[in-house]
Amino acid sequence: MSALIENVTCKFCGCLCDDITVEVEGDRILKAKRACPNGRSMFLNYDPASRNPLVDGQIVEWDEAISATVDILNGADSPLIYGLSSTSTEAQRKAVELADRLGAIIDSTSSVCHFPTSLAVQAVGEATCTLGEVRDRADLLIFWGCNPLVSHIRHFSRYSANAKGLLTPNGRKDRTLVVVDVRPTQTAKAADHFLQIEPGTDYEVLTSLRVLIQGQNIEHGVGGLSAEQLQELAHMMKTCRYGVVFFGMGLTMTPGRNYNVAELFTLGAELNRFNRFSVIPMRGHGNVAGADQVLTWLSGYPTAVSFARGYPQFGPGEFTTVDVLSRGEADAALIVASDPIAHLPWMAAKNLERIPTILMAPTANCSSKVAKVILPTACYGIDAPGTSYRMDNVPLRLRAVFPNTRPTDEEILSRIIKAVQPC
Amino acid sequence: MEDFFTLITGRTKGQAHGLHLGAGSPAHLEATSFIEICPKDMTRLGIKDGQIVRLRSDTGRVDVPARTGSLPAGLVFIPMGPTANALVGTDTFGTGMPLFKGQRVKLERI
Repeated sequence: MSALIENVTCKFCGCLCDDITVEVEGDRILKAKRACPNGRSMFLNYDPASRNPLVDGQIVEWDEAISATVDILNGADSPLIYGLSSTSTEAQRKAVELADRLGAIIDSTSSVCHFPTSLAVQAVGEATCTLGEVRDRADLLIFWGCNPLVSHIRHFSRYSANAKGLLTPNGRKDRTLVVVDVRPTQTAKAADHFLQIEPGTDYEVLTSLRVLIQGQNIEHGVGGLSAEQLQELAHMMKTCRYGVVFFGMGLTMTPGRNYNVAELFTLGAELNRFNRFSVIPMRGHGNVAGADQVLTWLSGYPTAVSFARGYPQFGPGEFTTVDVLSRGEADAALIVASDPIAHLPWMAAKNLERIPTILMAPTANCSSKVAKVILPTACYGIDAPGTSYRMDNVPLRLRAVFPNTRPTDEEILSRIIKAVQPC
Repeated sequence: MEDFFTLITGRTKGQAHGLHLGAGSPAHLEATSFIEICPKDMTRLGIKDGQIVRLRSDTGRVDVPARTGSLPAGLVFIPMGPTANALVGTDTFGTGMPLFKGQRVKLERI
């Protein structure tokens, strides 16, 4: 006998679609109505079965696994806590508390996605809004260096291009859609205007747009775009009712990184002299925005924080995980809801094989192969409730669609905190 | 014949689906172990669809099948995953962010 559970929030990506209806039979999800292929795959492939932890490949009881974890962390001089983007806000708070107690470095996966965005926010601020405002008001949408039709599949229908809102009752017909990218992506094919720029020229193109919206002229094209194309885009930006730029890794992973994003934020702020304009990063994992929020509440910094001196120190390039691992500066690692072996450059990730690594995650992943201790916890949003932050920094509640048979990240982190020696 | 290219990595639907079936699973590895090259460069280097090419960077070497992709000349694409991560270096230029989009690679037909 199956049961329907409505208004479930999908935590796969930063869209946090909260209108999913799941059909549950026993401990399996049979259907996830309205979920995109990414979300559906997450729900339908999840196995909530009870599993014991592993230490050195041997099945052990939870007490023994926590004891092994505590021994590793107590024995380390420079432990690293990494991940956090797919766990709950409540667990993230505990991870920061543990880092403080241990004198550890703590860094979220944000450091390899939108950390340059955080650096840009620190430098120039941001003009932002909620996705509800985008749906209700925006008549110009620009997607810059991102491909939501692949990575955030329901973004168009729920919040942006196709969504019908207060001042956009006809949805797509009421909006102009522009894509700026180095290649013709699926999203580019859906746009009214696709501006294909040369790789590595985002900063120059953004600066040219700033020049144009300030009333100056440019005589030559920039970054593969003609002067006329740039003038047309600047005109659209100045004359729209409500403009929004969504941007992705095309700005944060390319040369220039935080400077690219700072130039975009500055352009967005300057456009508010003419109309309403916002700039929103397309956040990837379901609660990576929450990791930034929680770390900032508790330490003052969004990620790349060291508590080694007894107080929080911020260190981009110093306490960021790729740098810490590639220099061999961590002597133990606690990975929370992440898979660095699959997602970091191998020359950095391979150092996790050399140090005692603890993996806390609901499913096995590539990092399981190198972990000394594996703590199979429940999955927030499927068999554990919790809080997650959408890409526009709106917190939403994650529901559990069936009871958990495994403990949550928050519960296990709380037990570890009680057991470790303060540094 | 070999030449230098700029490598960009990124998400694909297949890569995301493979992750749900298990990072490192056959489906994930298959979805992340190919390179897209523009038609002009494919022709110039005499590479056919499905042919194995060798890529080298300062940090690693991989052999992957080539596919024709919609890209500008000089740019190649590999989905985010272990294959691309073997080529991406660890220098973050003080930002924490490696060069996931913009890594210089040498490509040769084998």
